[in-house]
Amino acid sequence: MAAEILHHPAAQAAHAEHHTEHHHDAGGNAIFGFWIYLMNDCILFATLFATYAVLAGNIADGPSAKEIFELPYVLVETFLLLFSSVTYGFAMLAFYKQQKQALLGWLAITFVFGLGFIGMEINEFAHLIGEGFGPDRSAFLSAFFTLVGTHGLHVLSGLIWMAVLMIQLVKNGLTAKNGTRLMCLSLFWHFLDLIWICVFTVVYLMGVLP
Amino acid sequence: MFGKLTLEAIPYHEPIIMGAVGAMILGGLALFAALTYFGKWKWLWTEWLTSVDHKKIGVMYIIVAMLMLLRGFADAIMMRMHMAAASAGTEGFLPPHHYDQIFTAHGVIMIFFMAMPFMVGLMNIVVPLQIGARDVAYPFLNSLSFWLFVVGVALMNISLGVGEFAQTGWLAYPPLSGKQFSPGVGVDYWIWSLQISGIGTLLTGVNFFATILKMRAPGMKMMQMPVFTWTALCTNVLIIISFPILTATVALLTMDRYLGTHFFTNEMGGNQMMYVNLIWAWGHPEVYILILPAFGIFSEVVATFCKKRLFGYTSLVWATAAITILSFIVWLHHFFTMGAGANVNAFFGIATMIISIPTGVKIFNWLFTMYRGRIQFSVPILWTLGFLVTFSIGGMTGVLLAVPGADFVLHNSLFLIAHFHNVIIGGVVFGYLAGFNYWFPKAFGFTLNERLGRYSFWFWITGFFFAFVPLYILGFMGMTRRVSNQIDPQYHLLLAIAAGGAVLILIGIICQLLQLAVSIRDREKNRDLTGDPWGGRTLEWSTSSPPPFYNFAKLPEVKDRDAFWAAKEDGSAFQQPAHYAPIHMPKNTSAGIIISAFSLVMGFALVWHIWWLAIVGLVGMIATYIKHTFNDDVDYYVPVEVVERTENEHFAAIAKAGVNHGR
Amino acid sequence: MSHSNAHRAGAGHGSTRSYVMGFILSVILTLIPFGLVMYPAFSSSVLLMAIIGLALLQILVQLGFFLHMNTKSDEGWNMLAFVFTVLIIAILVVGSMWIMFHLNSNMMEP
Repeated sequence: MAAEILHHPAAQAAHAEHHTEHHHDAGGNAIFGFWIYLMNDCILFATLFATYAVLAGNIADGPSAKEIFELPYVLVETFLLLFSSVTYGFAMLAFYKQQKQALLGWLAITFVFGLGFIGMEINEFAHLIGEGFGPDRSAFLSAFFTLVGTHGLHVLSGLIWMAVLMIQLVKNGLTAKNGTRLMCLSLFWHFLDLIWICVFTVVYLMGVLP
Repeated sequence: MFGKLTLEAIPYHEPIIMGAVGAMILGGLALFAALTYFGKWKWLWTEWLTSVDHKKIGVMYIIVAMLMLLRGFADAIMMRMHMAAASAGTEGFLPPHHYDQIFTAHGVIMIFFMAMPFMVGLMNIVVPLQIGARDVAYPFLNSLSFWLFVVGVALMNISLGVGEFAQTGWLAYPPLSGKQFSPGVGVDYWIWSLQISGIGTLLTGVNFFATILKMRAPGMKMMQMPVFTWTALCTNVLIIISFPILTATVALLTMDRYLGTHFFTNEMGGNQMMYVNLIWAWGHPEVYILILPAFGIFSEVVATFCKKRLFGYTSLVWATAAITILSFIVWLHHFFTMGAGANVNAFFGIATMIISIPTGVKIFNWLFTMYRGRIQFSVPILWTLGFLVTFSIGGMTGVLLAVPGADFVLHNSLFLIAHFHNVIIGGVVFGYLAGFNYWFPKAFGFTLNERLGRYSFWFWITGFFFAFVPLYILGFMGMTRRVSNQIDPQYHLLLAIAAGGAVLILIGIICQLLQLAVSIRDREKNRDLTGDPWGGRTLEWSTSSPPPFYNFAKLPEVKDRDAFWAAKEDGSAFQQPAHYAPIHMPKNTSAGIIISAFSLVMGFALVWHIWWLAIVGLVGMIATYIKHTFNDDVDYYVPVEVVERTENEHFAAIAKAGVNHGR
Repeated sequence: MSHSNAHRAGAGHGSTRSYVMGFILSVILTLIPFGLVMYPAFSSSVLLMAIIGLALLQILVQLGFFLHMNTKSDEGWNMLAFVFTVLIIAILVVGSMWIMFHLNSNMMEP
């Protein structure tokens, strides 16, 4: 957006005036606002974590955490998400170097890792539900499915966003607006990995401890 | 195909409800007819519905808030009349399941659809002007926030005519609000109207937080911002931090109802107390979200109408910050009696008493501002004086309730009802009405009729005391809240007096409606030509009334607090700049209203379990948003000629009013 | 232009080295807790403290190396917002657990 405006002569003068007046850094504002939104998302997850902490012991007549969690499986999921975080970082570096092909390549790899994570999670859920250990079986399972599932929904939203952004990058190129969006998605994507650290620690690892 | 929805959903056999629905439909039809007759549809769409202008969005918020005040108050009058009758040996005229919906709707409407939007509306109109900005940080999100809120209102009003509303009280505690004990659609309407408008509120919080931090005029440091802006900032912090708790908790209840989970059920491990805990962890910050802007309004009003610099600006700012943080460590006082024990209760009781101190500091700051000032008894000052008396009493009853031992006797009695109405009406409502009278000329270009404003104040405050002091007494006598039948006849006299008080408030509201009508009729006589009808101190008064759509032709340079007052003192106010530059402004967009329309479809479909339609709604929302992100035509430059013409008109008006170098 | 915009955002950006560094540290800080729990060699409470500590450490690593959090970005507002949020999360989670523990023991157990 900013790039196109700068080519208009009248706007060029205005832009110069703008700079002297008080350049509102629209891109920077967007990124800051998105960070603040992420703070709100943190509290949302905190509520779900608090609920999980309170209800984790209420297994009713259903299974306990130890009986249903498979740590090796979770370890693979964790690495998929971690890899995707790093590959997204490489994507951002490609953007700063204005390397469109590399950027799209790294984004595609990130997407595949993310999709793998989601696939594994859906598989885990389907398996549990199939055995009759769905979210309606006990308060513990309700809390588990909700906390982990909410994180998964966030990852899924991130993947949709990533796909749309890749289309926009192909269509409009490496513009300032797309740069801002990449930056926001970067914050989102890394933040999801942070939440996952809490999830695998509090839910899976602590669940399996004797 | 239509889920649970059938024609049986319309409450044909309830005459009061059908009457209300009929009145609303007739009102809507009259509005449609008027718009068609005067050919205003295009104007409405392009100037208002698709606007991203914070001033217009603010006005729309307040219009809806005032309409919902009427509906919420109708609920109140019905309850008072019914209770007066039901304690006199009759059955009253409201069967219990209807009465229960009324007190639930009354609470939901007054908090979510009257107080919150009124506050957001005032923030929208005033804050960008006060900080010398041209708009908020995210104008499109602002529009989206408004329309999501409207969808919440729409769902609530639809519930009146199609189905029913929740009968659980405004916070819908489970297990009563769970699937087993509320199998109807009432709680689902509650859920979706809150969740959808809640997204709007959250976006507003992020928007204004970023706006205040990032878009202040050059030179305006944090400790030079007007106090209303400070309170708005802290309010938005509270919104950002507390609303996700509400969203998550209501989502958990939703899952219990829709997916059969066991968060709050009686069996299979559910824990209803966790709901109460979480909902109040949100609920307490919420009441501070409502009151802090009112404190900000009073600060502005007192300084302006006492012609004196606000006393203790720094302590006011720190008090606001202290309240913001402390509001997160008191929430258990809403459920002392649930059984957490003496240690837990003691901690929260003490914290609750501590939080009254910063508010006390503020009260003294306002009093010291008035001391040795030249008080002008305008309508906003009347509301402020009324607040100082009324809110202080309410605050003191709050400190009484903060003592767990006292609370064990008074919890859920009418004493509690009297306390919170005392602080909400005396604090929040009086504050917003003061703000309404104070900033009305800025928004519309003419002042409100003073006499009717005074009448409305006196009827409101007298009515308040007649309506709620009896409730304090009834609380001590042991009368419980939310009781609609078999009321002990010894309560009758006090309930009758309370009903009389409600009638006095009704007259106060009628005076306000008359005030609006008369003021509009007399608008030419009461034009605000200079933009500064009160001798204001802050930047919003340096613009015309109403301001041009771009707010400031030239962004002000700020050196101190009360920036406009300083400019008037040193002669730099009301000066026309030598030349103008093109101004960068956002374009209107229909994306906000369309996304919200889809959310209404989704919400309604979810209430009635019409799953295919819910998916259509959700997909529509997402698709419209994604389409919006592909739209690059979102802003433009206002040409210099337009700016020049607008500014010349303004300075001509100022000259006509006889103002030269501002004083 | 686009380059400077992202810079002006103040959020900072890393280098290949910082991402690889963050990655290696995260891998280590993931393998250790998983290993400790899958092959428990200590008491429960020791393991609990260890995995919580390691999780906090990994969070800090990722905040620094991936999210480039520092006290400078956005004039310090990013850090302040984050610290405040963490405070509220602590109050909410610890507070809820404290309250619910007492409610449960007073009201739910026989």
